[in-house]
Amino acid sequence: MEIQRKVKYEEELDRQFLGRVKELSGCEEIDRCIQCGTCSSSCPMSVYMDYPPRKIVAMIKNGFKEEALKSFTLWLCSSCYTCQVRCPANIKITDVMYALKRMAIKERVYPPRFAIPVLDKEMSKIIASNGRNSELWLILNLYLKSRKPWGLIKMAPLGLKLMKTGRMSLKKESIKDKKQLRTLLRALKEEA
Amino acid sequence: MNGYVYYPGCSLKGNSKHYEESILPVFREIDMPLDELEDWNCCGATAYFSVDDSMAAAICGRNLSLAEKLNKDIIAPCAGCYLTLKKSNKFLTGGTEKAQKILHALDKAGCSYGGQVDVKHPLEVLVRDDRLDKIKARVTRPLKGLRVACYYGCQLVRPYRDFDDADYPMSLDRLMAAIGAEPVDFSGKTRCCGGSLTGTIEEVGLRLNYILLKEAKRKGADVVSTICPLCQFNLEILQDKMVKKYKDNVTMPILYFSQLIGLAMGLPKEDLGFSRSIIDLEPMWEKIG
Repeated sequence: MEIQRKVKYEEELDRQFLGRVKELSGCEEIDRCIQCGTCSSSCPMSVYMDYPPRKIVAMIKNGFKEEALKSFTLWLCSSCYTCQVRCPANIKITDVMYALKRMAIKERVYPPRFAIPVLDKEMSKIIASNGRNSELWLILNLYLKSRKPWGLIKMAPLGLKLMKTGRMSLKKESIKDKKQLRTLLRALKEEA
Repeated sequence: MNGYVYYPGCSLKGNSKHYEESILPVFREIDMPLDELEDWNCCGATAYFSVDDSMAAAICGRNLSLAEKLNKDIIAPCAGCYLTLKKSNKFLTGGTEKAQKILHALDKAGCSYGGQVDVKHPLEVLVRDDRLDKIKARVTRPLKGLRVACYYGCQLVRPYRDFDDADYPMSLDRLMAAIGAEPVDFSGKTRCCGGSLTGTIEEVGLRLNYILLKEAKRKGADVVSTICPLCQFNLEILQDKMVKKYKDNVTMPILYFSQLIGLAMGLPKEDLGFSRSIIDLEPMWEKIG
């Protein structure tokens, strides 16, 4: 076993991090956190998280940028908003998690080949190009880009059940006016 | 706005066809036939908001604009679509600089949005007093003796608590009682099913959905009544794996609330998508006769 320092020295912290996060949508109130832990105890996913939500907020406030952005916590947040409606300081914790996810994707620091960010990115790509999601194609992309493709074989019995009940189609869905969608996304880039 | 237009989203055209097959007849029966929003695009769900929030709000803006041109409010049966469209609507009409830019991009693409559309879930629309009375009047086959765990999931009641409580809502319970069923005191009613995590990390999905079904069983429920396609899917498809892993027979049908309403209204069960259930429905048919 290798001996590792568990505590960060002050010069290793990113003191600009809190300011940057506060500028993002939904994160304006984050420094009102009183560290009561209502979020962590309400969260159905916290038992799987490396840092529960309360710690993520503390990390943001104190400049632990790398730990916060690389955490699995962001991706394990299922957007159930329980923490958000219960927070006594009215912090929009779910929206904070979304903002950190976007920052982690932008800075490419999310866990590599981890299925959740891969799913988010693949679904966004499908929608941006066709306007509509196609469930089967999304699943195929997910397995090819995040896991070993043999994972698909394990999914086969379920796929068969869905086929049998007419709940899975091979058709690629699309909107009619794809041109309008492209114009919209281009116009948005120009505005930014 | 003058009436409603139906926004199906990807699920009701995909794995949740039986939701569409039952919700549309129910609205027809109470004299509120719904037309589908022409050329709607996907809402982007939680995925697009995790990648790019401006684009996520913009694609929702296109749907809102399509509905506004028809002078109609949106009915979105999928809780994910409902929240995503509603959240984007609030954001786009919030007056921030970022919202202005998105509205401007919508203008340029020929889908201007003036902020007049309201986004509703069918449950919210159906439980209004006059409509609940109409449903009651249409019931010809009350679901006597059927014990129902009403499962609201998360995104219908949170973060916006516009029509019911965030922790212990009762609107679906009232609706199920109105069609003669017996709602059980289900403490898991707004606990998360894991959403898309069930597809990405099975261990998490198994545990979360097992907690829900175990509680429903403990309260003596015969079926779970759901209002969201992802909840329905998650609770249903993992049942055989749960039985194996936890050595606990938590098997039970997971049905859309609209399927049960349609059944109580005496609509033919063949027309309500019951044949799409992966779980055996025989015990339920025996119970309600």
